Amino acid sequence: MNLAEAPLNTAWRILKVQPPQEQSDLTQQLEEIGFLPGELVSVLTHGYPGRDPLVVRVGLSTFALRRAEAQAIQLQEKAPHA
Amino acid sequence: MREAKIHLHPSGPLVALVGNPNCGKTALFNLLTGSHQKVANYAGVTVERKEGKVIQPNGKHLRLLDLPGTYSLYPRSQDERVTCNVLMGQAEGEKRPDVVVCVVDATNLRRNLRLVLAVKRLGLPTVLVLNMSDVAERRGLNIDPQQLSAELGLPVVTSVGVKTGGDEALRAWLAQEPWRQATATAASEFAPSNESSQTTADHQVVQGILQRMGLDQLVPDPLSDRLDRVLLHPVLGQLILVLVLFLVFQAVFSWAEAPMEAIKSMTEWSADQARAWLPNTWWQSLLVDGVIAGAGGVVVFLPQILILFFFILILEESGYLPRAAFLLDRIMGSVGLSGRSFIPLLSSFACAIPGIMATRTIANTRDRMVTILIAPLMTCSARLPVYTLLISAFIPAVRVYGLELQGLVLLALYIAGIVGAMGVAWCLKVMTQAGRQVRPLMMELPSYHLPTVRNVAIGLWQRVQIFMRRVGGIILLLTIALWFLASFPTPPEGATQAAIEYSFAGWLGHALAVVFEPIGFNWQISLALVPGMAAREVAVSALGTVYALSSTGDNTSELLAPIIAHAWSTATALSLLAWFVFAPQCLSTIAAIKRETGGWTMPLVALTYLFALAYVAAFITYRIAVWAGLG
Repeated sequence: MNLAEAPLNTAWRILKVQPPQEQSDLTQQLEEIGFLPGELVSVLTHGYPGRDPLVVRVGLSTFALRRAEAQAIQLQEKAPHA
Repeated sequence: MREAKIHLHPSGPLVALVGNPNCGKTALFNLLTGSHQKVANYAGVTVERKEGKVIQPNGKHLRLLDLPGTYSLYPRSQDERVTCNVLMGQAEGEKRPDVVVCVVDATNLRRNLRLVLAVKRLGLPTVLVLNMSDVAERRGLNIDPQQLSAELGLPVVTSVGVKTGGDEALRAWLAQEPWRQATATAASEFAPSNESSQTTADHQVVQGILQRMGLDQLVPDPLSDRLDRVLLHPVLGQLILVLVLFLVFQAVFSWAEAPMEAIKSMTEWSADQARAWLPNTWWQSLLVDGVIAGAGGVVVFLPQILILFFFILILEESGYLPRAAFLLDRIMGSVGLSGRSFIPLLSSFACAIPGIMATRTIANTRDRMVTILIAPLMTCSARLPVYTLLISAFIPAVRVYGLELQGLVLLALYIAGIVGAMGVAWCLKVMTQAGRQVRPLMMELPSYHLPTVRNVAIGLWQRVQIFMRRVGGIILLLTIALWFLASFPTPPEGATQAAIEYSFAGWLGHALAVVFEPIGFNWQISLALVPGMAAREVAVSALGTVYALSSTGDNTSELLAPIIAHAWSTATALSLLAWFVFAPQCLSTIAAIKRETGGWTMPLVALTYLFALAYVAAFITYRIAVWAGLG
């Protein structure tokens, strides 16, 4: 399961950031802004039409991400009291 | 033309402000330095360099450098490279800072502290500033500065960047100059390339610290979340954005009217005075028709630019602007751009020059170049005098379905510019390899804040300075060059026609008339387009000169309208309107493009494609109009 597939307003923990091979520099970029293993993430809303880009909460920060970037973020489990 | 490198206070210790984007660093910088600021560029790059003076209690001053915000010390964008190079003492023309002030957003230590750990590795004397400590307190976060200081091994002070006196603790710390005793380790011991692999380890250290301090729970900003539910709503959010933009445009055009009239009459007054007091020689003409008219013609747009920037600054300070960029990302993405291009394009409706300068915020080079190329297509206010003249002369003042036809034509011209820009961006997306790639967005949506008077005022003042410097330099030079072309050689004795006809510009106009004949322009129009290269609205007064009117300025268009209505066909007028939607009739814009891209390629590309587009659009318009019986 990745962040692009997560339903709105549910909290998840990040398993790892794993973009497709040709975009491997995405990993560093996403990690730098806080998408790190174990961090809590949730999708707050998305753009219209096409559900792109997404507004994502990670830790305490809010970022707008493209669908392609969100797909690189693998989730581990649904966090408690989401 | 490149801005001069400024080394204003070469003496005194250098303090560098470092922090994440949106941590309130610039507000703190404004608070510490007040009006003692100098904005320029870093040597060799178009990254804004902000330096200020901090006056200390003992009367001495410190130099304070506001470095571009960064999430890490691994340089990715041009901005981040500057931050990194300055901190390592490798930036051209900069000395290595004596002390680093690392600013963190106290409400988001989780992310901000990682940068602190990286800065600490730099080995420079460092102080940590817990900014926005008032907001953190209100949100129930009890941060113990002493404990944090012990955990990090760095001195810690608190601050409130948006409140007068909120910088007291930092000022006191700086005044004691404790870094005098500390010694910096060599910059060579710091390797930025290692920084990227440090993120996870740093995150674990930060989590450990937060856990021991009892700060590891997530306390989001409830107000921002509530506002976002409305402002980022798929339907409601878009509607609000349209409403906000509509109000901004209303204000730009209605509030600016009075000051613009005042500037116009002041320009005319000074021209009249110069004519009355100076002997009637060539240099009187240079002063009146070149310098005064030229500078006045550009300064007249200052009120609109100021009002637009006032709103942009408020939207930026409040945190709404990145949200607007988010809402528009989808539309911009369809033509291969991102939401980040929205702000420069919005500025371009007042004037393309500040718009082109605003593209600096776009990190991706390709997106930045495309935005620069299409910015001149936004209907800037210099087109309005031309549009008004032609519309009032040729479009009947009737109502169509209850709407003013003249107003509808004006709206259509605005839309034509936007559609043209989108079309060009789309072509570049389809035609280029880089255009089809999906580029990351990764744009932070910071918490909402009330804008403060100080920050908006300082921001506005800086933009005025930058704009006026342009007027003083390149724009004035170009206007004078065009004045020369339009004034020499002087008409022979007993000349019967307007002086411009005997000049270089006149010859050029007659030669151009051959080129412009297929799109319905007569030689008078062709001739007026030459001085119109200085600025679009100059074409109006040039037409007045060609049609041998003795009046200047405002009067011209009133008297000119009936003359051209009689002399031109409607097809010619429509063709000229189409021409002005696209034509790069503004050398200042071309100069701005050259300056921002650092070469002649982009300005030449812009000139060529815009003229080609204008010619094709005018040709099609003319032919259709003739076919429809308007010729």
